[in-house]
Amino acid sequence: MAPLLETRGLRASYGDFQALFGVDLTLDAGEMIAVIGANGAGKSTLMRSIAGTIRNAPNDILHRGTEIGALPAPDVMARGIALVPEGRKLFPSLTVEENLLVGTYGRKIDGPWSLGTVYDLFPVIAERRNYPATALSGGQQQMVAIGRALMSNPEVLLCDELSLGLAPIVIRDIYAAFPRIRIAGAAIVIVEQDIAQALKVADRVYCMMEGRVTLSGRPSDLDRSAIHAAYFGAEGHELA
Amino acid sequence: MVANREASPPTTAAGASGSRWRVETRTTLSTAFGIVAIAAMLLLALTPFFASRGVVQDLFFILTMLVLAQNWNLLAGYAGLISVGQQLFVGCGAYALFSFVILLGLDPLLAVLLSGVFAALVSVPTAFFAFRLHGPYFAIGTWVIAEVGRLLFAQWKALGGGTGTSLPRDATRDMIGIGFLKETLGLKSAAAVDALTFWVALILLAATMGTMYRLLRSRNGLGLAAVRDNEVAARALGVDAMRMKATVYVVTAFLTGITGALTYLQKARISPEAAFSLTDWTAYIIFIVVIGGIGTIEGPIVGVIVFFLMQNALSSYGSWYLLLMGALAIVTMLFAPRGLWGLASDRTGIELFPVRRILKRGPNHQGTKGGPHG
Amino acid sequence: MNWLDTIFQGILLGGLYALFAAGLSLVFGIMRLVNLAHGDLIVCAAFLILQLVSALQINPFIAALIAAPVMFGIGWVLQYHLLNRTLGKDILPPLLVTFGLSIVIQNGLLESFSADSRRISAGTLESASLGIGVLSAGVMPLLTFASAILVVVALNQLIYRTALGRAFRATSDDVATAGLMGIRPNRIFATATGLAMVVVTIAALYLGTRATFDPTAGPARLIYAFEAVIIGGLGSLWGTLAGGVILGVAQTLGAAINPEWQILAGHVAFLLVLLVRPRGLFPRAVD
Repeated sequence: MAPLLETRGLRASYGDFQALFGVDLTLDAGEMIAVIGANGAGKSTLMRSIAGTIRNAPNDILHRGTEIGALPAPDVMARGIALVPEGRKLFPSLTVEENLLVGTYGRKIDGPWSLGTVYDLFPVIAERRNYPATALSGGQQQMVAIGRALMSNPEVLLCDELSLGLAPIVIRDIYAAFPRIRIAGAAIVIVEQDIAQALKVADRVYCMMEGRVTLSGRPSDLDRSAIHAAYFGAEGHELA
Repeated sequence: MVANREASPPTTAAGASGSRWRVETRTTLSTAFGIVAIAAMLLLALTPFFASRGVVQDLFFILTMLVLAQNWNLLAGYAGLISVGQQLFVGCGAYALFSFVILLGLDPLLAVLLSGVFAALVSVPTAFFAFRLHGPYFAIGTWVIAEVGRLLFAQWKALGGGTGTSLPRDATRDMIGIGFLKETLGLKSAAAVDALTFWVALILLAATMGTMYRLLRSRNGLGLAAVRDNEVAARALGVDAMRMKATVYVVTAFLTGITGALTYLQKARISPEAAFSLTDWTAYIIFIVVIGGIGTIEGPIVGVIVFFLMQNALSSYGSWYLLLMGALAIVTMLFAPRGLWGLASDRTGIELFPVRRILKRGPNHQGTKGGPHG
Repeated sequence: MNWLDTIFQGILLGGLYALFAAGLSLVFGIMRLVNLAHGDLIVCAAFLILQLVSALQINPFIAALIAAPVMFGIGWVLQYHLLNRTLGKDILPPLLVTFGLSIVIQNGLLESFSADSRRISAGTLESASLGIGVLSAGVMPLLTFASAILVVVALNQLIYRTALGRAFRATSDDVATAGLMGIRPNRIFATATGLAMVVVTIAALYLGTRATFDPTAGPARLIYAFEAVIIGGLGSLWGTLAGGVILGVAQTLGAAINPEWQILAGHVAFLLVLLVRPRGLFPRAVD
């Protein structure tokens, strides 16, 4: 049976600048995988390609065996692939609750997630449901962004750099929600720069460098030096 | 600050490959064309001696439309100030001319110049209001102010109020130079007036193109381009965006005002509806610039020729003609946003008035025998 | 007493200007597009209503009801196939394309309907009037004003209470992220322009029944609409209504002093507001 989500030799460019050089990745139902890599490794480009904000060759990306590489973002979203974009990107003109509701615009299906269950998952944003989304703290905004993506009851939840700019304690609160999201049925792809965090939560890890996957496997099968080499390059300049 | 680089000698930074980079603002073709253009201007100047009055009047129309078009081009295409209210300055210039001549008894030629000054003066408070609006709102704002101008001049009973007035016949016949032309060339009064206004229009065009060409090739021109492309970034580099835009606005008002005065000196009959006409002084002008190619000096020249030919061929069809022009402008904007000249220039690489700086890798004259080049 | 009446008539006239302006305001708020053909589209809708009234021998209100979906369709197609292509960072293409469109519509109407002034007959309603205390007002001006309030309330309900309204605001905030929500910005824009054209139809109904109009009447309507939007402040429909009222009052006051000053007084009020409050009286959006 075809995997839930698959990329095959995925290439992506911004104009003349090529950002991805043949990325192969698979995600099975119920799985949680992490994509790690330094800045500029192509992680966000990978997320945007899957989500459809960057168009690719049709057969570069498959969802349940169907080619979706060339679909625009609304079509990808309608198939049940939701992206929590880097930098959260909440709509400032909308309240917290409206931000959540707008998440169902292109896909209204019954499933585990609704306003009630999202507020249950993140009680702190329930208290602020009528505030403008931008009036919340960074961590709370991230919760709204995750909630907004969940509202469409996606099969695949893509999370781009959830931890960016957040304090460790806030990051811990956010990652604490993931077991419940998985139990509810979504397969998850997270993009992380924090290797330790990624290894802790993911079933499998892909490490990227300069637009290519340099290493992949289960956290228990990977040793630190291999990850280090895959992350920083073969010469592996040590960080102090 | 931003344009200092332009003044540096043409062979500074040496490329790693051993060849040298030069900034070019001139091409062989453009130099040759410059000479041809000056020759053409001189030839044009002789037209009144051999051509009929009809031809002279047609050419006068083309020249004045081209001056207006280049001014709008400078405003919208280079300074990013999309005005649909330039009829204000045509109207103000024209009305100033009539008031100077009829009410003060000034010589029309002197009055034409003063009318330009009046239009420039009007542009200062106009800018004060209009510059509070940005982008599309600036456009409509200039239009509203032009309407205010039209309504105010319609209140001026001494110049005929809403119905307008005519220049006295002898006013133009006694103009400086007319007597001389009549004596030396044996022209009739009307022909002499046509010839004189034609020459003034020619000088005006030369002055406009010269001003524009020099401005755009100067560091101020670079600053202008920087402001148009990214105002915030340009400001960060020390370009005074507001001053730059205001200067262009006032200068174009001056030239537009002179053109308005000259046009109505030739028409000798004015009314607020005509002098402040959106269609005649802004819609046509925008079509000329857009169809020819906005943001190039060559574009409006092509545009005005197309416009003139279309008008001659189609003006008997009334509104169908305007409808066609509107449609043509839409199609141009959508499919060839740089106009006819842009299409031609992209295909051939020809630039007759190069105002861009072209970075060229030239041969390394000093070290032809080798170098690190592998 | 006389002045009071003048101001009251001005307020009612402001309702008409608010109707002219509401569509412009809506479209600008959602896609930052200023449609220079807006006034011509109002006149176009007035001709459509007129044609329906004379062809089908129906009441103009029913004709407007038929015209509204037609105009919605025209707006939708216009936005989806023409104006969406012009949207972007550069403000020149939308301005010039809508300016060209304005010329095309005007001259198309001239060719089709000649330059004659027309009027849509509203029957006995035209001359009917009501006494309100010391004031008296025509039924049509009162209906116009009531419609303006209704339009503002309805549009606000739509924008702030419905899924479509959320999509409008989300798209206005961030087109790319809206796409991730399954929102198709091109369709959202087309729907917004379609809605604006429904409002335009309502405006056209009152434009055509309370005074004469001809194919060249559009640009002046655009200017009034624009002035109402700027006086009120960008992004607020109530502000647009207030802007329309201020413009209407300024015009009737000007006309009361000297009939030739009506339009001029409106422009002067607009310039004064621009002088004192460049962002309008009730700004909401940041442009």
